[in-house]
Amino acid sequence: MIDIKNLTIKNAHEDMKSGKYSAVDLANAYIKVVNEKNKEINAYLEVFADIIEQAKEADKRFKDGTATILTGIPFAIKDNILIKGRIATAASKILDNYHATYDATVINKLKKEGVVFIGRTNMDEFAMGGSTENSAFGITKNPFDTSRVAGGSSGGSAAAMAMNGALSALGSDTGGSIRQPASFCGLVGLKPTYGRVSRYGVMAMGSSLDQIGPFAKTVTDAEIIYNVIKGQDIKDSTTINDNTYSIKKISKKPVIGVPRHFLGGDGIKKDVLDNFNESLEKFKKLDYEVIDIALPNIAYSLPAYYVIMPAEVSSNLSRFDSVRFGLHKDGKDGIDDYFLTRGAGFGREARRRILLGTYVLSSGYYDAYYNRANAVRRIITEDFVKAFEKVDIIMTPTAPAPAFKIGEKISDPVAMYLEDIFTVTANLTGMPAMSIPSGVSKVEGKDLPLGLQMTARHGEERVLFSVGKEFLGE
Amino acid sequence: MQALILIATIIIMITVKEIENLANLARIKLEEGEKQGLTKEIDSILTYLDQIKKATVNIDFSPKPGAVFNAFREDTVIVTSTEDRERILNEAPDREKDFIAVKKIIEQDIDL
Repeated sequence: MIDIKNLTIKNAHEDMKSGKYSAVDLANAYIKVVNEKNKEINAYLEVFADIIEQAKEADKRFKDGTATILTGIPFAIKDNILIKGRIATAASKILDNYHATYDATVINKLKKEGVVFIGRTNMDEFAMGGSTENSAFGITKNPFDTSRVAGGSSGGSAAAMAMNGALSALGSDTGGSIRQPASFCGLVGLKPTYGRVSRYGVMAMGSSLDQIGPFAKTVTDAEIIYNVIKGQDIKDSTTINDNTYSIKKISKKPVIGVPRHFLGGDGIKKDVLDNFNESLEKFKKLDYEVIDIALPNIAYSLPAYYVIMPAEVSSNLSRFDSVRFGLHKDGKDGIDDYFLTRGAGFGREARRRILLGTYVLSSGYYDAYYNRANAVRRIITEDFVKAFEKVDIIMTPTAPAPAFKIGEKISDPVAMYLEDIFTVTANLTGMPAMSIPSGVSKVEGKDLPLGLQMTARHGEERVLFSVGKEFLGE
Repeated sequence: MQALILIATIIIMITVKEIENLANLARIKLEEGEKQGLTKEIDSILTYLDQIKKATVNIDFSPKPGAVFNAFREDTVIVTSTEDRERILNEAPDREKDFIAVKKIIEQDIDL
């Protein structure tokens, strides 16, 4: 029996290398769990039929000596990342039965390593949401408490790992969509620096905000995946190289900054704040200096984000035209087809954001909303850059509360958007941020995971990794 | 004072007609039954977004070199394999031979 509950990428690699078990054995162990649990959790929209064949290929590489650290490692992939020949729906009816015609750059990189793709995971439609309740194919439940959400939008990837149905996963993060579900499901979730990982082959939501990143059980594992998927890509002109941002030399331990003035709101649960303070105490015991910092405009992050993101959504989703791919509803003429298809294909939240984006970009409101939000984005970024002159890492809780009940926020969009209050800043500034498990909150007899969010300077993922490892004792 | 604020709130309220216009611009056919709800929701979101109007923004917007540059590449023709071309064409809702088929958009036939 393989102890998959406590398995990490590093251990699995060593075990397969030493012949303790094969990639096929490992794949079978995960298939067994997925068969038992996916029906209830609904983490996977599709479990691939060729898992064993993929694992056999991986075993060949262990035999011929070409295996790498990720060879044979079972991966769950968010359903907005393209794998050639396989269905990719972004959990939308408008792409029901769409087959990807090419590999995303990140998939190409993982294929070269010989990973084993277990399946494609559920998400909020086109990554719009914080609970995976906006999927056209059912809600994903939180394995820690099935009456609660797994978070979102990458809720399927997080739940797949939390139910031990994958050893690692990819998600996408536009405003917290990796970090918040990682926090709800007790995992490590990383949003890299904007441009670090190629977006080629991920369905665009907010192009100036989107980044692909890993879910992992340990910081070490997240770093392993990050090192494989990162890199400049000719197919994504916004990707950066290792020298784009100058890296600051940190003489001793990184200094931790806390925007205390932003943590006093009513929306933040007492348990979350207590846990956050305990985490800071732990860092002090580990000889870190913790100081208060001011981010004067941080309170404008969320409203600025909810202007910029829908604006980009309304542009990006205009490609669904019922002609080239995806759903087609037949009307009396071409334009009628267009209206009917988009009316039938987009779910409630998608249409809400498309209309909102259309509004903030329309001529009478462009300056008041879109231009202003971009100006606000810039002053927030400048606030962060200034704060990083004094500190090396900024910490907040990842989310204001642990996982909430299914249905609790679905009818109130603003309440749902407030979930992203701590996470959107990293997408607005482009800085790397990571959520790591920091403890639990006992609610109704269940231990619900909590997350600690760390943000670093542009290009300084290594600071997140070193501090995260020390915190988790890796 | 309270009455004044109330009036101001009413003035910025978005209307069902505006929602219909936005849906028209966004090419989405809305169901009659959802218009009222969408209007209310978008109105509550806009009320929240109005906070950004309070931010003090007095920064220089002239372009300055940032850390990230646009990356140019040659616009070269890449020959797609027959297999890939088939994959792409097969995703179209309607195809005729090697073309994606669409409805006729010219209303009248023109006699040449």
